[in-house]
This record gives sequence, C-alpha cells and structure tokens, in this order.
Amino acid sequence: MSIEETEHEIIEEFETFDDWMQKYEYIIDLGKSLPLIDGKYKTADHLIKGCQSQVWLHSEKKEGKVFFTADSDAIITKGMVALMIRVLSGHTPDEIMNAKLDFVEKIGLTQHLSPTRSNGLVSMIKQMKMDAIAYKAKN
Amino acid sequence: MTEVKTIQKANIDIQKIRTDFPILSRKVNGKPLVYFDNGATAQKPQQVIDAIDNYYKDKNANIHRGVHTLSQEITVCYENARSTIQKHLNAKHSHEIIFTSGTTASINLVASSFGKKFISKGDEIIISAMEHHSNILPWQVLCEEKGALLKVIPINDSGELLMDEYKKLLSDKTKIVAITHISNTLGTINPIKEIIELAHAKNIPVMIDGAQAVPHTSVDVQALDCDFYVFSGHKLFGPTGVGILYGKEKWLNEIPPYQVGGGTIKTVTFEKTEYADLPLKFEAGTPHIEGGVGLAVAIDYVNEIGLSKIAAYEHELLIHATDALQKIEGVKIIGTAKNKASVISFVVDGLHPFDIGTILDQLGIAVRTGHHCTQPLMKRFGIQGTIRASFAFYNTIEEIEEFIIGLNRAIKMLK
Ligand SMILES: Cc1ncc(COP(=O)(O)O)c(C=O)c1O
Repeated sequence: MSIEETEHEIIEEFETFDDWMQKYEYIIDLGKSLPLIDGKYKTADHLIKGCQSQVWLHSEKKEGKVFFTADSDAIITKGMVALMIRVLSGHTPDEIMNAKLDFVEKIGLTQHLSPTRSNGLVSMIKQMKMDAIAYKAKN
Repeated sequence: MTEVKTIQKANIDIQKIRTDFPILSRKVNGKPLVYFDNGATAQKPQQVIDAIDNYYKDKNANIHRGVHTLSQEITVCYENARSTIQKHLNAKHSHEIIFTSGTTASINLVASSFGKKFISKGDEIIISAMEHHSNILPWQVLCEEKGALLKVIPINDSGELLMDEYKKLLSDKTKIVAITHISNTLGTINPIKEIIELAHAKNIPVMIDGAQAVPHTSVDVQALDCDFYVFSGHKLFGPTGVGILYGKEKWLNEIPPYQVGGGTIKTVTFEKTEYADLPLKFEAGTPHIEGGVGLAVAIDYVNEIGLSKIAAYEHELLIHATDALQKIEGVKIIGTAKNKASVISFVVDGLHPFDIGTILDQLGIAVRTGHHCTQPLMKRFGIQGTIRASFAFYNTIEEIEEFIIGLNRAIKMLK
C-alpha cells in the first residue's frame, strides 16, 4: 500500500467517529498497542525532546525500505506516533521524503502538529525525513 | 472562621465580575471555557481593554517628549499610572516605580545593574529551590561572569523553605537574596518578611519575585522593607509586555543604568553622558505606554473588589479543589505547604500530564502541564512535570466541579 493509500485508509477510519471522545479513545488505543521499541534504542541519541512529552525514534533500512520503531512517555503522543509509523514505515527514502502527510489535517488533529504543541511530534516527523535523506545519501 | 469567609464571599458578586471579562463567555472546543491557567497569564476586564482601545483612539502620542497637548496629556496619564502603582505597593516615592516589560526584564535589570556594581569574585547570591527559571538564569549568568556562587535554599517535601538552612547560607560573602513571594508551581507563600529581616540583620539586600503574589495578595513594600520587588502586568489582569520594578531609592541611585539610550539622559556629548534622575534613568526608549496605563486600570479594578476579599474567596476555591482532588484515586498533590495561594499542582499515578491536559482541553478546560519553568524543582520532587490549576477571583466552585468531572473522565479514558 502506498503512503497516500494508507493516509486515505486512516481518513476513512476517522470518518466513522461521531465525536472527539471516540477519536481520542482510538488514538489512546493505538498508543497502547504500539509495538515496543527495542530497549537498547531508548537512549539519549534516539530521544527527540519536546517541551511536554518525549519521543524515542529508531530507524533501519532493509531491502531499500526504511522501517521505524518509536516510543513516547505520553500515550496520546504515542498514538500519534503510531499513526505516523503506520503511514511512513516500510517505504523507500524518496517516498518518505516526499510524503505530505495531509491526513493529519483531514482527521482534525492538526493541533498536534502545531509547533507550539511541543509534544515532540513535529520534530519526530522531521527526524523521520532526515533519516530517509541520510539513507538515500548513503546509496 | 468559616463564618467570616462566607460573609467575605457573599460580598463578592462573582456573576457580575464574570461579565466584566468578555473572554469568559467564549467557547473552547464547543464547551464553555473553564480558565484555570491564571498562573500563566490572567484574563483582562473590559475596563482594561477599553483603556487600551481608548489610548489608540484618543490619546496616542509619545510621553515626556512633546510640547503639544496630546503628548502632555498622555505624559500626565502615564505618570498617574506610576502613582497608582506606587500607592498600591505603598512605595515611598513614585520614582521608585520603574516600568519594565515584565518580571523577567525586571530581574535581568536588577541582576545586571546590581551585579555590575556590587558582585565580584567569590561573592554569593542566594535563591531558592522553588524559583522560576526567570529568577535563576539572570543570577546564574551573573555568577558565571563574575566568578560568584549561587546558593540555593532547600525545601521540605511539602514545598516549604527550610529556614534553618537559609540562616546557615547567609554569610559575609552573601551580596543579595532573590526569592519568590509565591511559588508558581507549588503555590507556597514564602515568609518573605522573615527572609528579609534575616538578610537585613547582616546588611544584605533582598529582591522579591512577586509575579505570582500580586494577583492574590496586597503588598506593602515599606512594611516588608524589601529592597527590590518585581512583577508582571499580565498576571495582574493588566496588559502583556509591561512589568514593574520597585526599588528603594537608595539602591536605584547607586546602581548603574541597565539599557541606555533616549530618555535616560540629562546631557549627552560624545565624551560623557549625565544620566537622568529616577525613574527615567532606567526607562530607555519609548515605553509600553498603553501597557502602563492599562496596568493602573487593572490595579484600580482589583482594588475595587478588594484584595482581602479576593484572598478569602480564592482560599475557598483552593480548599474545595484540594478536597475534591484528594478524593480521586491516584492523584497526588505536589506542594502541600501550610500557607498556600490558589495554585494546585498534581500528578496522576501512571499518567502523563500532557495526556490529561490534552483531554481537559477537549472539554474546554485550560490547565497548564509540564515543568512550569521550574525544572530544578521538578527534579527535587523526582517528577517530569505536573498538571497545574491556578485560580483567579472570577473562577467558581461550579467550574471546579466541571474540572473534577473532566479529570475523572480523562483518567478513565487514559487508564
Ligand atoms: C514566579 C514567577 N517568576 C517570574 C515569571 C516570569 O514572568 P514573565 O514571563 O511575565 O516575565 C513567572 C511567570 O510565569 C513566575 O510565575
């Protein structure tokens, strides 16, 4: 599935929610079910500092594709992280670099991507793209 | 005691007061706004908004600079504002009131100017474990520059200063003590009178950070005998971008200017400048004129209600919220000093403050989450951050009940 297709799938899922409670319950569940990052990557150099919550991000490249694992100390951030990983993980560096990620706006969660939110998410997306650029440069 | 409080409360017409604050009737995420982030900044009454509006519509001119009528009118208005603030703090002279851009700017001024004149290698500066970063960093930078040492008064688990430790820290090397009046994170009201007396017994001056105190309590700088007292307009229901430095005349005359330029001089030649008298010596450039004027209006507004009534009413809010929070399983209040202002910080077992704040926001409830610019204090309690509800006189018991319902809901969703 392409990045756009996954984004579209998520938008459709969110359309079924009637109110913010359902939406947040879903994000919280996603947060709880995010596969754990390998303990050895939960170190300072994998840490993306937000003022409010922190995110740890690890990436690796297998057969031309970049795979991400991550964690956060806040569950809502973790849910948002899970969404980002679902969209971006398993794609080529080029696809990741060019992803627009408009789905965040369409599911009504842009506030989580505003720089003032300082939940580490904006920096995480930046880091995911940087990792992709780095892998591409290595080729 | 309770009887007195009920009488006091009856004297405040909260519903009428609330109509003075237009923002309180707006909705956030479809819900009526419950604004419990007064520690960060307070809302403004219509009177203050009108004063700013009126300034631009009818009064705008530069102060102290013109022979024309508008300039003279606004100069009088600005100087009247200074007098209002002088009376409010019971300062001896109006020229002991310096307009700045806020608490942070006032502290930087004191640290820089006092430091230039009085701090040298090996000297000591005393602060406390509960200071806001704004009352840590200017002193830390000064210490680094001068080779001086920062000494920190520790606190107990309730968030109260250890006064015996303070006494031990005071020495011949101590050059200044800089302490917060009320902790923005814990709500602790510090015994500043005693702190000042102890320092003065050794001829050491004291600066009080009153940012969190002025909205809740009256301050008499002469009774306190403090050397410097600083606060921000925006936490006192006034405009942002304006603040106050009160300094004893003696100190303000002794320390050099902070920023220099237009307005701070008597005569300038390229060889030598003769500085203006107080307060202009410390007010370089065009100030935040409507800010100063608006701040005086805010102070008049608060005084019309009466700070003792406000304190009594807010105490009721504090007690009510504390009792309700303590009933929720897993909630731990951080800061349980005997003497507290209407600020409550707490953590919830196993849950991140950010998550709770996000859910409360969906319910229209504004609280602050995080470290509140007091990272060393967070470290002292071994936590990353807290959720903080801080109340003003326009908040109500009903809002606290909404907040408790919201908090229970957030906990249920997140657990
Ligand atoms: C105790 C204390 N000191 C200083 C400040 C800084 O105030 P300002 O940002 O208005 O300069 C604050 C504001 O949060 C505060 O609570």
